[in-house]
This record gives sequence, C-alpha cells and structure tokens, in this order.
Amino acid sequence: MTRRFSFAPPLYALFLMIPIYWLIVMSVKTMAEINGAFTFYPRAPTLENFHFILNDASWFNGYVNATIYVTLNVAISITVAVPAAYAFSRYRFFGGRALFFGLLAFRMMAPAVLLVPFVQIFSDLQLIDTHIAVAIAHGFFNVPLAIWILEGFISSIPKEIDEIARIDGYGFPRFFVKVLLPLIAPGIAVASFFCFMFSWIETLLSNALTVVHAKPIGGIMSRAGNVLAADLPLFAAASVLGLIPGIILIAFMRKHLARGFSMGRVT
Amino acid sequence: MDTKEHSLAAYGFLAPALAVMALCAVVPMGFVAYYSVHDTFGGNIFIWVGLDWYRQVFASPEFFGALLRSLLFSAIVLAIEVPLGLYIALRLPTRGLMSSLYIILLAIPLLTPTIVVGYLWKALTITDAGLLDEAARWFGLDYNLNNTVVAWVTLVLMDIWHWTSLVVLLCFAGLRAIPGDYYRAARIDAAGKWAIFRFIQLPKLRLVLLIAILLRFMDSFMMYTEGYVITRGGPGVSTTFLSRQLVETATVEFNLGEAGAMSIIYFLIITGVSFALFRLIEPRRVS
Repeated sequence: MTRRFSFAPPLYALFLMIPIYWLIVMSVKTMAEINGAFTFYPRAPTLENFHFILNDASWFNGYVNATIYVTLNVAISITVAVPAAYAFSRYRFFGGRALFFGLLAFRMMAPAVLLVPFVQIFSDLQLIDTHIAVAIAHGFFNVPLAIWILEGFISSIPKEIDEIARIDGYGFPRFFVKVLLPLIAPGIAVASFFCFMFSWIETLLSNALTVVHAKPIGGIMSRAGNVLAADLPLFAAASVLGLIPGIILIAFMRKHLARGFSMGRVT
Repeated sequence: MDTKEHSLAAYGFLAPALAVMALCAVVPMGFVAYYSVHDTFGGNIFIWVGLDWYRQVFASPEFFGALLRSLLFSAIVLAIEVPLGLYIALRLPTRGLMSSLYIILLAIPLLTPTIVVGYLWKALTITDAGLLDEAARWFGLDYNLNNTVVAWVTLVLMDIWHWTSLVVLLCFAGLRAIPGDYYRAARIDAAGKWAIFRFIQLPKLRLVLLIAILLRFMDSFMMYTEGYVITRGGPGVSTTFLSRQLVETATVEFNLGEAGAMSIIYFLIITGVSFALFRLIEPRRVS
C-alpha cells in the first residue's frame, strides 16, 4: 500500500539525529570551548581526541575486544539456534511447548541478576578476562531471542519443501545446508542483527568479566569516568567511534534486513 | 513417518542450544537460588537460612521503593514507546531509497552501547553547555537534574530516544507482511483508514506488538547503565531502580543472600507480568 507523505517520520528522524549531532560536535570541541560559552557548532574543531583514542593501545583495543566477543556471540547464538528453531518449528515432542517458554523466561533475566554467579563460574573455569567468557555470558539473552526469531522464519517455509528435498535424494545434512539455510538467509540476517545489537550495547557483564586483555570500550570508558574529572570531548569522541561498527553493520546488511523484515515471520 | 523417531530427533537438534543455555542461564540461576537460601561469612562456607533473606527483602522499604520506581518507569516508557512506534511505522515510506534510509537512521540509536547512551545524554544535560539545558532556558525553564521531575523526564526521553525504533522496526516488518489482498478487499468494502487499522492492521500486528512490549518491558524494568551515568540514582534515591539496588547489594555490600532473594522475587514478577501480557494479547498461543 503506497502512502501519502507524512511529517511524522522526518520529525522522528530529526529527534533521533539531534543528540547524535550534538555528540559529534562535542567530540571535536576543546574542553575550553565547552567551558566557555554555549555554541551550536565548533569554533575551532580539533581531531585531537580521536587521535588520542586511536593511538592509545588500551582505548583502541577496547573496540577490537568488543568486536571479537560480539562476533563470537553471534556465531555461537546463530549456530545453536538454527537447529533448535528447526526442532521447535517441525517437530511435536514431549515438553516442547514448556521448553519454548522456558527459554524465553531466561531471556527475561537481567544481566544484573546473573552478575555474581557469572563472575564465580568463569573464575572457576579460569575464563575471566577472555572474549569467550563474555560471548557465552551474553548467550542467555541472545540464544532464546535467536530461536524465537528463527522459529518464525522456518515455520513460514512450507513443510512440503522438506519432503520434496527428501524425495529428490537429499540427505538431511545436505538438505539443511543447501535448501533450508538459503531459504532462511533473511531470517538469519535479522537474528544476527538483534544478537549483534544486544551484545554490542551490553556493558555491565562485559565490564565485570574482563580485566585487561578482553576489556571492551564500554569498560574503558566507565573506568576513565570514575577516575578522571569527566573529559567530555574525549568521551564524546569515544562514543562517536562506538557508533561506527553498528553503522557499518547496517550498511552491509541493509538489503538482507529489509527483506528479512518484510518476510513475514510475524503473523 | 514414525512420530517417535521424530521426537528423538528433535532433542538432538535442541542439544547444542540447551548445552549453551545450561552454562549461561540454568547454572547461574541455580547459583542465585542457592545464595538466596544461604548465608555466608566469606570463604566458601554457606549456612542454610531458609527463607530469612526473603523475609528481610519483604520487610525492606528500599526494595519496595526501587520496585515501584522500576514499575513506574516501565509503565511510562511502554505507554509512550508502543503507540509512538506503531504510529511512526504506519507512516514510514514502504519502498524506495527513503525507506532504506529511514531504516538505517532508525537503527542507529539501537546500536548505541548503553554506556554511550548514558554519556551522550549526559553531554546534553550539562549546565551551560548542554543542548537540553539551553533548550530549557530558551523556554524559560530551569533545567536542574537535582529536581526529581527533571531527572525522570530526562531518563524517559533518553529511553524513548534509545528504544522507540525497536517498536518501529518490528511493527514495520509486521505491516510489510500483510498481503496486499487484504487492502484490496478493504477497498472494495469502502473501508476507511480507521477501519483498516482496527480490523486489518492491528489484528495482524498482535504478535509483533507482543514481542515489542515484552522486550521493552524486560529491558526497561532492569535498566542499569544509562540511567546511572546521568543521575547516579539521584536526586536522593529517586532514580535508583531495581537493577542498581541489586548490584549494590551484591557487589558493594557483598550481601549475596539478600541479592539472591531480590533476584528470585524479581524473576517471579517479570515472568508473571510477561505471562499475563501473553495471555492478554495472544490467548491462542498459551493454551
């Protein structure tokens, strides 16, 4: 259905972009300018803060570390969620329904609730300060979500496809990889997007489970925030850089996302 | 096909997911439950105390204060974000360059780390240098984060900024999935805009709305980082939410038992509310 022009979307987009604009402006200002007078745009823009972050190993590695554990988390979540979603979509089995809702109940847990046990468990496993620890910890909210999304996508594919593939002599693994995965590719894109998002933005657990080697940028920022008298331009610059991986992700996945979002997992 | 073989295969498909969930959800949750009925004096000595911690939590005005504030915060942001998100989704262009441009713009806040959201909004609130502060002055208002109402309005605005797009994107996806035949049929019946919304779009959006409401309820109820960066829980305790109180009890006071009991009570509340929402919106799926 085509729609007539409406003012609501541009106004809403403006509301979203104003803080982003402000963040970018702050990141190129000097502390003196911020303390001086209120200015809508930087009088003497400087890239000093970006220069500092990109040349300081601990700040720069903060982005690398976050990217590593988020990627690991997406890989783990999607890999285990696809077969599980297939089971929920295609089979009736004892305890299936209870299990489906049980998994969702764990999605409802908050990071704050699981903070202490995670620290204890990963200490016992000697996995504190590793990327894999954060990647696994973030599984409690991403695995159920990925299963939930993918179950909808698989259910929207007629069951006859499975049988036709079998009649054509496809073994199950071949059917799974050659037929099913391509068909649900947009669903995998949508699920990966949500897993990336929730893992990328989480700061409480990722900060608590890391010390130096796997410290994400959020942890570096909160540590610096506790020590320094807030150096706002520096934080703004770090925040601007923190937006970039997300923007790259959307730009790359735009087509898949648009298709996935319109594929009708939802009715 | 033999159904029994099927059901065994299903468990095989589920095994990897269940193994991961055991490690990152079931076992830690077991720890929490264990803490909640034991007391510890350091080391690894735990003493069974039954329901003592639960009694202590239920007798604690701080807990009920934080609980009420969290519930109020969730209620406010849901009441704004769900209708607003649905409205924007109905108005978004459905095809062409503008459509994908909007999807990218809308997704940016969603991909902003919580701590960045915190610092971003903090930057907006600084006296004499923040945009909110300046805008308030322009309207002749006094912007002061030490005022409870101002602190709440700031946090609610921040949450709307951060999360309304999630509702928009989910509803947009749901709307795109409605077959064109429905609209053609409606046109033949000369249905008005409201009738199309009420009898076609809204019913078709039930499940997406349910997903959106549940995700927003769970996450706003336990908001932690962003709010704390801006208000540090104040003025006083007026923006100290459940999550903050929980972490403080567990890691500052190091009172694992009380934190455990709070966690279990929190878990029961959130599953209860979520289940009720489920029943309300999608009665068919539950039975």
